[in-house]
Amino acid sequence: MTDTTPALRLDGIVKTFPGVRALDGVSLELLPGEVHALMGENGAGKSTLMKVLGGIHQPDAGTIYIAETPVVMTSPQQAKREGVVFIHQELSLADELTVAENIFLGELPRKSLGRVDWQTLYGNTDRILKTLNVGFDARTRVGDLSIANQQMVEIARALTVDPRAVIFDEPTASLTDAEKVVLFEVIADLQSRGVGVIYISHRMEEIFKITDRISVLRDGQYRGTLNTAETDEEEVTQLMIGRKLDLSRNESHHEMGDVALEVRNLSCGDLFRDVSFTVRRGEVVGFYGLVGAGRTEIAETIFGLRDPSGGQILLNGEEVRIHSPQDAIRRGISLVPEDRKGQGLILGMNCRDNMTLPQVDDMTAGPFVSDGAEVAIFDQYRDKLDIRTPGWRQMVGNLSGGNQQKIVIGKWLSMRPEVLIVDEPTRGIDVGSKSEIHNLIRDLAAQGYAVIVISSEMPEVLHVSDRIVAMYSGRVMREFTSEEVTEDSLIQAISGIGGDKVA
Amino acid sequence: MKKDSRANLIKQGAIWAFIVVELAFFSIAGEFLSVTDTAFMDFDNMLLLLKQSAPIGIIALGMTIIMINGNIDLSVGATFALAAVVLLDSMSWPFMQALGDWAIPLAWGFALLTGVVLGAINGLIVWKTGVDAFIVTLGSMLGYRGLVFMYNGEQPTSHLNWTLVDFAEAQFLGLHTATWFLLGTALILWLVMTRTVHGRNAYAIGNNREAAVNAGIRVGPHFLINFMLIGFLAALSAVVFYSESGSVNPNDGMLYELWAITAVVLGGTKLAGGYGSIVSTLGGVIAIQLLRKGLGHIGADTETVNLVIGLILISVLFLDRQLNRKGREDLKT
Repeated sequence: MTDTTPALRLDGIVKTFPGVRALDGVSLELLPGEVHALMGENGAGKSTLMKVLGGIHQPDAGTIYIAETPVVMTSPQQAKREGVVFIHQELSLADELTVAENIFLGELPRKSLGRVDWQTLYGNTDRILKTLNVGFDARTRVGDLSIANQQMVEIARALTVDPRAVIFDEPTASLTDAEKVVLFEVIADLQSRGVGVIYISHRMEEIFKITDRISVLRDGQYRGTLNTAETDEEEVTQLMIGRKLDLSRNESHHEMGDVALEVRNLSCGDLFRDVSFTVRRGEVVGFYGLVGAGRTEIAETIFGLRDPSGGQILLNGEEVRIHSPQDAIRRGISLVPEDRKGQGLILGMNCRDNMTLPQVDDMTAGPFVSDGAEVAIFDQYRDKLDIRTPGWRQMVGNLSGGNQQKIVIGKWLSMRPEVLIVDEPTRGIDVGSKSEIHNLIRDLAAQGYAVIVISSEMPEVLHVSDRIVAMYSGRVMREFTSEEVTEDSLIQAISGIGGDKVA
Repeated sequence: MKKDSRANLIKQGAIWAFIVVELAFFSIAGEFLSVTDTAFMDFDNMLLLLKQSAPIGIIALGMTIIMINGNIDLSVGATFALAAVVLLDSMSWPFMQALGDWAIPLAWGFALLTGVVLGAINGLIVWKTGVDAFIVTLGSMLGYRGLVFMYNGEQPTSHLNWTLVDFAEAQFLGLHTATWFLLGTALILWLVMTRTVHGRNAYAIGNNREAAVNAGIRVGPHFLINFMLIGFLAALSAVVFYSESGSVNPNDGMLYELWAITAVVLGGTKLAGGYGSIVSTLGGVIAIQLLRKGLGHIGADTETVNLVIGLILISVLFLDRQLNRKGREDLKT
C-alpha cells in the first residue's frame, strides 16, 4: 500500500427511504491494493451503500470520489465504466450460454452485418480465464459449471474492464473450503495488481484471513475502521452489535433421555452411504461437513423427501418406513429446511397461516378453519419463541430473517415433534439473532426434544452440539463429543483425513 | 401492518373502482352517442348484464381457483360444449322422455357428471405425470372438442323443454336464474378459498410448492379437486345457459377459456399462482360485460369491442405493474 491516493472514496453519504434513514452520513475510503471488509448486521446499510456506489440509488447528500475526482453514478453501466464492478451474491448468468457469451454479454465483438466475431470472443475470454487459472475454457456451457466456477465467470466478467475497485458481496456463501482457497488467491492477485477490493461478509474467519482493514456500519451509521492486524473478533462484533457475543463452545449439560432416532447403515444412491448415528432426547447432534458432503440429503431422506436405497430408520427403537413428509410429520419428525424462503415459508401468506400450515387439517370447526384456534396457537408460540411481529396478519416476507426462522421453528414445535432437524439454522441471519436462535436450540434440547443441527459454520456447530458427526463425501468420518472435539481434528475429518472409517 | 392491509384494499378495490368509472363513462357518453333512447344505467339493462355475464363468469370463478393453485385450464370451453350436448341430447333419449319433467334433474346430473369426469381426467394427468397443466389442458381442449364433433358431426344438438326454459327465464327477487347461479357460485367458492383447509392449501401450493410439500401438504389431491371443480363449473355454466337456449352448436364455447382467463387476470389474480381473490374475479367478469354492453350502447361494433377490451387488459396490467413496483430500486427486468 504505497500509493495513498484512495482508489475510491465515499464522503458523507445520506440516503433516506420513506420512513427510514438507511444511510446517515457514511464515509468509506478504499486504497489501491487493499482488501477492505465492510461489515454490519443485516439492515445496517451495507447493501444500500453498495447500491449507491453502483449507481442504482442516488444519494440524498454526499459525494463519491474516484481517484479523488467527484463523480455522479447514474447507472450500473456508468459505475462499470468508472472501473467499479460488483460480484454479487446471487449469480446472474445465463445457463444455456457459453462462458464467453456470458462474460461479454451485451458487448459481443462483431463483424459486418451484425455477425458475432467468435474468434475474437473466445480469444479474449481465454486470455482472461488464463489469468484466473481456472479449469474450464471459453466454450464451456455455464450450466455445466459448479457454483464456484460460475462465480469465477462472474469475476472474469468484472475483469473485462480494467477495474479500480471490485466489490464482493458474500462471495463464499455457497463455496466449499477448497473453492474458497481459489477465490482468495484471485483476490490476492487483484490486490497485487493494485485493485482495491471491498469484501462484504458475515464470516469472521475469512475477514481476518484476507482483509487489511475492516469498516463497520450499524443502523445506517459509520462506526469506524479498524486495522485487521490490530483487532479481534470480539472488538468487531461489539462494534457491529454494540454488545458482547457468546461464541464459546457448548458447555451446558443436562439429563438426556432414551434414544429417539436411530439410523443404521442408511444409504441413498451416490449421495451418502452407510450412515449410522443416534440422537437421544435432550441431545443436540451437529452435522458438520463441506457443502455436498450429503448432510442435507440425509435430513431429506429421514423426512421422506427421498427414498433410501438401503438401511433402516428407527424411531424409539422401532423400525419405521417413511415415504413422504406426511409420514414423517405423523411420526413426529420435523425438518426446518436450509433455504428458508424457498423451502420453508409461503412468502405470500401471513405469519399465522404459515405457522399453522401443517395442522390446519386438525383445526376445523364444521367445514371451516377455526380462526380462534389458529390465533391461539400463533400467540402461544409467538410468546414462547419471542417472535417480533406487529401481529399475525403481518406478511411473513416482511419479517427479518431471524423472526422468519422462528416462524418456521414455531410451525414444527406447535406440532409437538419428537425429532427436530434444523438445516443451516442461521443462514443469512444477522449476528444478534444468530445467538438467539442458538439459545433457542439449546433450550429445545433441554426441554427434551431430540435435535439434529446441520451447519457449515464451525463456531455454530461447536456452540450448539452435544455431539458432532463429521461427514466427508457421503460418509460419516468420525463422531466427537463436545468435550473431545478440537477444531483441527474436525477440519481433518471433514476433509477426509484421519477418519475412523477409511473406506 | 396497516400499510399492508391498505395496499391490499386498494388492490382488491381497484377493479370495482374501474367498474364505477365504466358506468359513469357509458352513462355520460350514452347521452350523446346512444343509438337507443333508454339510459345505460337502466335497471333492467343492469339485470340483463348480470345474467349475460353468468356463463363466462361461472367458469372464470373456477379458473380463479385453478390459477391461485398455480395451474391453468384451457379445456373449459370444450367441456362447456360437451356438457351442453349431453344435457340436450340426453333429454331426447326414449327412457328420459318417458320420465316427463323428471328427466330434467337427471339430464342436469348427466351434464354435471360429464364436467366432473372431464375435469378429473385433466387433474389426474397433471397429478400423475407431472406435465404442466398448460400442456395437458391444451391437449384436452383439442381432445374434448373432438368428442363434441364426434357426437353429432357439424350438426347442432337441440332440445327445447319449456319447463326448463321457464325455470331459466324466471326472476327471483328481480335477479334472473343465471345470476343467482353466478352469485351462489361466487359465495361458495369465496368461502372455500378463504375459510377452508382446501382453500388455504391451494394458496400455499400456488405460492411456494416446495414449502407446501415440506409442510406435509399433498399437492396432487388438491390439483385433482380443483380440476374436478372447474369441470363441474364449466358444466354448470352450460346447464344454466342451454336450459334456456335449447340448442348447441359444436363450436359453442370456443375461446371461453380465454375470456375466463381475461376476467381472472383483470381481477388481479396472478398468472404465477398463490395470489388472487374470487370477489375480484367477479368484478373482472362484470367489468368485461360492462365494456361489451357499454361500447355496444354507444354504437361500437363487435370488432371494436374486442380491440378495446384487449387494449384495456394490457393497460390495466401495465398500471398494476407500475403501482406494485415498490420504488426505483426494484429490478428493471
